[in-house]
Amino acid sequence: MFNDFINQFWPSTVDGLAFGSIYALIALGYTMVYGVLRLINFAHSEVFMIGTFGAMFVPFVLGINSALTGLALVGVIILMILAGMLASAGTAVALERIAYRPLRRRGASRLAALISAIGASIFLQELFALIVIPEVFDRPQQGRIQMALPPIMERTELFSIAGHPVKLHQVVVVVAAVGMMVVLDRLVNRTKIGRGIRATAQNPEAAVLMGVNIDSIVRMTFLIGGGMAGVAGALYLIAYENTNYYIGFLFGIKAFTAAVLGGIGNLRGALVGGVTLGLVENYGAIFFGSDWKHVISFTILVLVLMFRPTGILGESLQQARA
Amino acid sequence: MNDKQTSVAGFRRRLGHAGDVMHDRWQQAPGWQRWIVYLLLIVAALLLPSETIGSFMSPDTDWATILFFPIGTYVLLAIGLNVVVGQAGLLDLGFVAFYAVGGYAMALLGTRMGWNFWVIMVAGIAICALAGVTLGAPTLRLRGDYLAIVTLGFGEIIRITARNTDEIGGPNGIRGIPHPPSFEGITIGDVEIFKYGVLDPRPYYYLLVALAVVVIILVKRWEKSRVGRSWAAIREDEDAAEVMGVPTFRFKMLAFAIGASIGGAMGVLWAAKSISINPNDFQFLLSATILAAVVMGGAGNLPGVMLGAFIVAWLPERFRGLQEYRMLIFGAVLVALMIFRPEGLLPSRQRKAELKEGSGGMGTLGAEVPGPESHGEEVASK
Repeated sequence: MFNDFINQFWPSTVDGLAFGSIYALIALGYTMVYGVLRLINFAHSEVFMIGTFGAMFVPFVLGINSALTGLALVGVIILMILAGMLASAGTAVALERIAYRPLRRRGASRLAALISAIGASIFLQELFALIVIPEVFDRPQQGRIQMALPPIMERTELFSIAGHPVKLHQVVVVVAAVGMMVVLDRLVNRTKIGRGIRATAQNPEAAVLMGVNIDSIVRMTFLIGGGMAGVAGALYLIAYENTNYYIGFLFGIKAFTAAVLGGIGNLRGALVGGVTLGLVENYGAIFFGSDWKHVISFTILVLVLMFRPTGILGESLQQARA
Repeated sequence: MNDKQTSVAGFRRRLGHAGDVMHDRWQQAPGWQRWIVYLLLIVAALLLPSETIGSFMSPDTDWATILFFPIGTYVLLAIGLNVVVGQAGLLDLGFVAFYAVGGYAMALLGTRMGWNFWVIMVAGIAICALAGVTLGAPTLRLRGDYLAIVTLGFGEIIRITARNTDEIGGPNGIRGIPHPPSFEGITIGDVEIFKYGVLDPRPYYYLLVALAVVVIILVKRWEKSRVGRSWAAIREDEDAAEVMGVPTFRFKMLAFAIGASIGGAMGVLWAAKSISINPNDFQFLLSATILAAVVMGGAGNLPGVMLGAFIVAWLPERFRGLQEYRMLIFGAVLVALMIFRPEGLLPSRQRKAELKEGSGGMGTLGAEVPGPESHGEEVASK
């Protein structure tokens, strides 16, 4: 068993980093919304799912069916990421407007928001399974079947670590994810919108008094979080080449675990948590078999919440929860 | 826009007032009157599987079958979850785990050990209570959303573990689960009420009604007792309850154990009817649906919760004509309901007061983030 671990250490590390980056990007959405509204946006998993389909739309419309190289490949990847961002951010903003804002205005209970989110989640899944996939992607009667991305790139080996190949798609995912994180970090820490978000997270009432428009800050938060989930969706699609209407559920829980692991409400925590989760999950799979991968991450979630609910880096957008 | 809103609010207030009058009457009614109503309700429940009612209620499927599953099953599960969510205010998203434990207890003890249904029912309830305590002990220190996520995680762990463990059938589950022992020859009308076979679902339904009656009586007694008052105190303000000398942790565990036992009992009964079970019967969606039923009916109010469960189970069956669109509509209805009537269809009075104040026991969403339309009294003072 220990030999297995030695043999598979590097492939698992690379896979773990790629998955971890995707978890981290989705986790940002949870963590930002939580930081600002103290609300767990349960429907965020569906925002990610829609991101994968938004990205899928690009090769579908362009009719790509053979591997691309060079500038064409870069262009298509960028278009896919943009399409994913657009679809996801749009969904997230609509979600906020329809499913959350009326409740927030009335000061409804958290439970009401939770049920509303579950309802929205079911609605979006079914919408894709019944209408969007059959109609838009022209796959009648196949709404619930896994949908594959046409091969847009060769999985060429870029370089190797200790004799184990590292492939192009894995590098694309990690580089793009880290790039987005840096952009986001700048956005939150350096811009006026970012200052509004941080102010609202720290003390919403004081923020209102200081002239922050809460509604637009909340909308921005959903927009940015949704956009990040869209990037995650596009990257997932590029790297793993398939998606389905139900894909959000598992990724949603994993990403939430990542957010909690890193310290919910903390942007850098999302990155740390996502990568940690991706790595631990893949190392664990070497020992217990990949069937148990999901159990490993749920167990981590439970353990973290029990022993260190503030996560690795702690809650930083606001003071720790009472 | 404002006019419309006030008229809607006015209508809702009048409706709520009528409800309160009914409620007061009921509270003041002498015991024998209430017992007559209870008996009438039980008789109505027993007459429910008749063909005449069925032809209206579910033209597309066999009414007696769906009365057992999903309707009856959901009602009982909702009663169990209501103890946890509605009374103690603990947000549990993995309730299906206990239903699964009950189902697997029946399946394993029935097929491997050859135990009798009634023995397994008792054992299953004990096992589930134990499972509730085991799950509760480490997790109940958490609050609100965190507890919700952990219970969700546990629900999935149990399902995936069942799927990955070949000793209990793996993904194929377990087949050949024995039915409860029959006593033939006892008929009422044209139903052999104690003959538990494959064909007639009605005996199982009657068994379910009997179980429900017992459970409702117990739950009602608990609600009115010291235990119920402690739960209410925990739900309203856990810290205050602790300071007042309520051993909150123990009572939260008790709520978990009782909820788990009810879910488990239903699992045993369901497995005994359906002959085979597999891990896919215990998806997260079921937990979400039961929680939706509880909240939709009015968390904390038993008749409301039962109504909610009935609607959640029955509507998709009634409109099978709409085929696959039913889940889509279900999702949309949940959102709409939370927007227009977040307190549920038949809210408990106490609950309504909490929600109005905006500082219910489950914390508040956005009470700290006042929107332009909110007024001073709606903003919780934190």
